[in-house]
Amino acid sequence: MDILTWTYLLVGLSFALYIGIAIWSRAGSTEEFYVAGGGVSPLANGLATAADWMSAASFMSMAGIIAFSGYDGSVYLMGWTGGYVLLALLLAPYLRKFGKFTVPDFVGDRYYSKKARVVAVVCALFISFTYVAGQMRGVGIVFSRYLELPIEWGVVIGMAIVFFYAVLGGMKGITYTQVAQYCVLIFAYMVPAIFISLQLTDMPIPQLGLGGSVAEGKPLLDKLDGMLLELGFGAYTSGKKSMIDMLMITLALMVGTAGLPHVIVRFFTVPKVKDARLSAGYALVFIAILYTTAPAMAAFGIYNTLQSTSQKSLTELPDWVQNWEKTNLIQIEDKNGDGKVQYLADPQANELRIDKDIMVLASPEIARLPNWVVGLVASGAMAAALSTAAGLLLVISTSVSRDLFKTFNPSLSEKKELRIARISAAGAVLLAGYFGINPPGFVAEVVAFAFGLAASSFFPVILLGIFSTRVTKEGAIAGMLTGLLFTISYITYFKFVYPDLNTSAHWWWGISPEGIGTLGMILNFLVCFGVSYLSPPPPKEVQSLIQNIRIPKGAGKAYEH
Amino acid sequence: MPMSPSSSHMKLYWKKNLQTLAILLFFWALVSFGCGIVWVEELNAYRLGGYKLGFWFAQQGSIYAFIVLIFVYVVRMNKLDREFKVNEE
Repeated sequence: MDILTWTYLLVGLSFALYIGIAIWSRAGSTEEFYVAGGGVSPLANGLATAADWMSAASFMSMAGIIAFSGYDGSVYLMGWTGGYVLLALLLAPYLRKFGKFTVPDFVGDRYYSKKARVVAVVCALFISFTYVAGQMRGVGIVFSRYLELPIEWGVVIGMAIVFFYAVLGGMKGITYTQVAQYCVLIFAYMVPAIFISLQLTDMPIPQLGLGGSVAEGKPLLDKLDGMLLELGFGAYTSGKKSMIDMLMITLALMVGTAGLPHVIVRFFTVPKVKDARLSAGYALVFIAILYTTAPAMAAFGIYNTLQSTSQKSLTELPDWVQNWEKTNLIQIEDKNGDGKVQYLADPQANELRIDKDIMVLASPEIARLPNWVVGLVASGAMAAALSTAAGLLLVISTSVSRDLFKTFNPSLSEKKELRIARISAAGAVLLAGYFGINPPGFVAEVVAFAFGLAASSFFPVILLGIFSTRVTKEGAIAGMLTGLLFTISYITYFKFVYPDLNTSAHWWWGISPEGIGTLGMILNFLVCFGVSYLSPPPPKEVQSLIQNIRIPKGAGKAYEH
Repeated sequence: MPMSPSSSHMKLYWKKNLQTLAILLFFWALVSFGCGIVWVEELNAYRLGGYKLGFWFAQQGSIYAFIVLIFVYVVRMNKLDREFKVNEE
């Protein structure tokens, strides 16, 4: 069978599976809709969290980003995994014991204030929307590249699928489809990785292959350093970013990960506090399988690309280069007219431009794997995009139905609340689809926003809410607003207002907009403490609430107070 | 025997919890910010198979260490919960 038939078959089968699971796991109550009835096993929750977390960008782009940035790409690897340590140790068990449905729920109760809750809802909505638009775009890109459909069609089909299981199934439907999606995406990622590792280094495990030796017995990474230096690039294993920026970006991504509402909410779905701890561990294991393979894919990808293109004559380029030239993801321009490809650091002389997504998307062809593997990678990328989109849509719909409608109209019946949740999920799907088809020009930039905002708004107030009994509502609101405004202003200034000034010479203390969330977080902490000590201490009920969430005993299912 | 959350027993539980967190977070920062970023050049003088050691920490080792830290935390806290009789049935 040809590639297109295989792709349609495998993507179609995976969609049928997701729909089947959605029908089987329809939600009947708000509790099932918001937190899957609180009865998800730690292992299933770990799998679902991993799928929820790993987005279209993790699957398609991360290996490419590392391939072209080498050591500097480590910030993403450490940042997006180290956050789970913070989540497991500092947030998940306590929020599970607290036992409600959303992050704004916690902020509202702990800080005894509707205002604090509304600020939290606005943050949650903003973070989730910036993220979800990128996922829908990812679905569209996969459709257009592999199924040869227009992007618009891809987005519409993706919307229909997510609509079906997120709106019908709520958290319950999402959880079990995410378990299936994890299996699809990790299988799709590992198959080409293992084959390429075997071909290059004779090691079946990519993590060992990255430290292995290529044909002439020289370590792959040393060989790569040598090749890149010769072409005028920096060595693969050393970076260009300053140490302070590396530290700041890594910490902002870690703290941002721990503060993302769609990740936190997953830990409300397990039955017990100790399950919340354990499932954070499982989640990181499942995430780490992909995140430790990605740097191997990166190095293999750039090595293969250099081997098969650099200084090669235009007529002897391998098939995959020609195939992907059609999609414009690879562009070759013979500037000096010598009939050969020069890949060089100097932009004037460089003749080869490669999109970062190539390292994963073209991997089956680079390794000359059978056609079905191409279809598999397509359905894996789709699984990654859909699972993240669904998790985000749930946060959006919950925020609207529960944190906005229910807060201001507490007499809302459960049936009505569930209907509002479904309608707002539907509305969110449509809006996300719109942005998928008409992406704002700044999709890549807003990712810095999402993490910076999560780091500078949520993380400090949740952390202090658990570990300090003295922090007050005035402190929390002032802290969140300071962190938020500071981070938004800094990113907006450098990314949108004066993009020409976006260089380390103009940054404060050499901190890039990607890493500024760390500074926003520190400001949030300082303001929060300062204002808290100037305002009257929290009331007795709140003090005992805090004491209560600190001990695991007596965690019921997530419940209505 | 039921215990009020503010008894000295609970204070001790909380203190031990905080100690556990401090130790684990120290190692969390050591493997990532320390070995992966601050001392990466120094560590790159050593090798682990085909890897330079600092590079290995930044792209592989720190992630493995994070997993170990979470599971150490799980085991340690479960033990602490039972010791202080605050575990769930």
